[in-house]
Amino acid sequence: MIYILCFMLFMIGLYGICCKKNLVKIVLGFIIMDYAVNLFLILVGYKKDGIAPVLDRTMDVNKFAASSVDPLPQALVLTAIVIGLAVTALMVALCIRIYERYGTFDITKIKKLKG
Amino acid sequence: MKTPHLNPSASGGRQNAGMSEIVKTVCCLVEAFIFLFGCYIVLFGHLTPGGGFAGGVILAGSFVLITLAFGKERIEKIMPEGRSSFIESIGALLFLFTGWLGIYTGGIFFSNFIHQKFGSMNFKFLSSGTIPVCNIGIALKVMAGLFLVFFIMSTTRIILDGDKLKMVRKQKE
Amino acid sequence: MVENLIFILLIFMLLGSLIALEAKDLLSSVVSIGAVGFVLSVIFLFLKAPDIAIVQVVVEILTLIILIRATISRDTLALEDEREFLPFGVIIILLLIFSAFSYKAIEFLPQLGVNLSKVAPHYLSMGLKETGASNIVSSVILDYRAYDTMGEATILFTALMGAAAILRRKAKR
Repeated sequence: MIYILCFMLFMIGLYGICCKKNLVKIVLGFIIMDYAVNLFLILVGYKKDGIAPVLDRTMDVNKFAASSVDPLPQALVLTAIVIGLAVTALMVALCIRIYERYGTFDITKIKKLKG
Repeated sequence: MKTPHLNPSASGGRQNAGMSEIVKTVCCLVEAFIFLFGCYIVLFGHLTPGGGFAGGVILAGSFVLITLAFGKERIEKIMPEGRSSFIESIGALLFLFTGWLGIYTGGIFFSNFIHQKFGSMNFKFLSSGTIPVCNIGIALKVMAGLFLVFFIMSTTRIILDGDKLKMVRKQKE
Repeated sequence: MVENLIFILLIFMLLGSLIALEAKDLLSSVVSIGAVGFVLSVIFLFLKAPDIAIVQVVVEILTLIILIRATISRDTLALEDEREFLPFGVIIILLLIFSAFSYKAIEFLPQLGVNLSKVAPHYLSMGLKETGASNIVSSVILDYRAYDTMGEATILFTALMGAAAILRRKAKR
């Protein structure tokens, strides 16, 4: 059931990209899709009544290996979040330039192909 | 909603004066602690949650705070653009050099040769081989890169030239 | 217990993102996205991922700063909202078809809390002995999978250089 909600968040982001006229709302759609995908990856790696994958001095290694959550999706999502920030910065830089050139954020008015 | 500090068509000269007195005072008290916290998260990345990426973004955040509160002149003395670009390249080269040394000492790319050769005690600060070195390299790269993008994004502004908007580099007043 | 909490917070996230996309004022949209990001960080804490929660909070703060820089100093007039029904309806129908097919695919996923990974027990039990790091996530990204981290550093470098190259321009006299 939680996976379905996560997928609905992804679809809301996709709706934001396809159906919105304002350029900043399209960028917000990308950000929402980013959140949905990262959440889905961490949800796959969750273990019921698990503990965080950080060892302590007083822990037994075998008991830790049996009850910890999966560390591999966390390693993938860690870099994915920072990459999402860099791509957002790139998109916002494009938005700033488009506003300088055309004076509006409306995508139906950005039609001149001449540079 | 227009805030007078960021209004692009305000009278020139006052625009990079920064923000109000409350923000400047709080920033003076707090910026050193944010920097120290970022360094802690980077250096202890192999013992507690954190690591190079989280620490690098926090360090970039401390520089962004100084830029927002005081304006451009204050940050030009500490971290101008050339130095920031240089630090980013140093971070990337440090990370790659550590990986190349893995091949040089007779192993595979990115092998943890310090831990395999010397061994280490668990749960201590000086453990786990090349992991702290890689953490420092990544933190330098992320910090300098993110601050560079924010700095460039805030030094260009849009002025009204007749009825057309124009983007120029801010003049040094 | 944990699943119920995550369920409630996810519904909050859905409402927040709908508000962010439908608000007329750009500043309200940006503030709603900030709220959605912070709730996501709390969800990560409930899913026992402290590394990811730290990174999500600080990245969310920097995203808000960059978005506000782009939107707050422009006078954005209210856009005329002429909805042309035919393309809008076709897009909605296509999205619903996509959802119906994906609903069938989601049924193949295991239940929340059952982990089918085969490589994770090896990382968890041998991680401390082979790398010497107590934070298993750090040992995965910097020792077992360091090549992927190098690829990520390259992507970060390229994206930030692209953003800087787009924004940079010499002043026109």
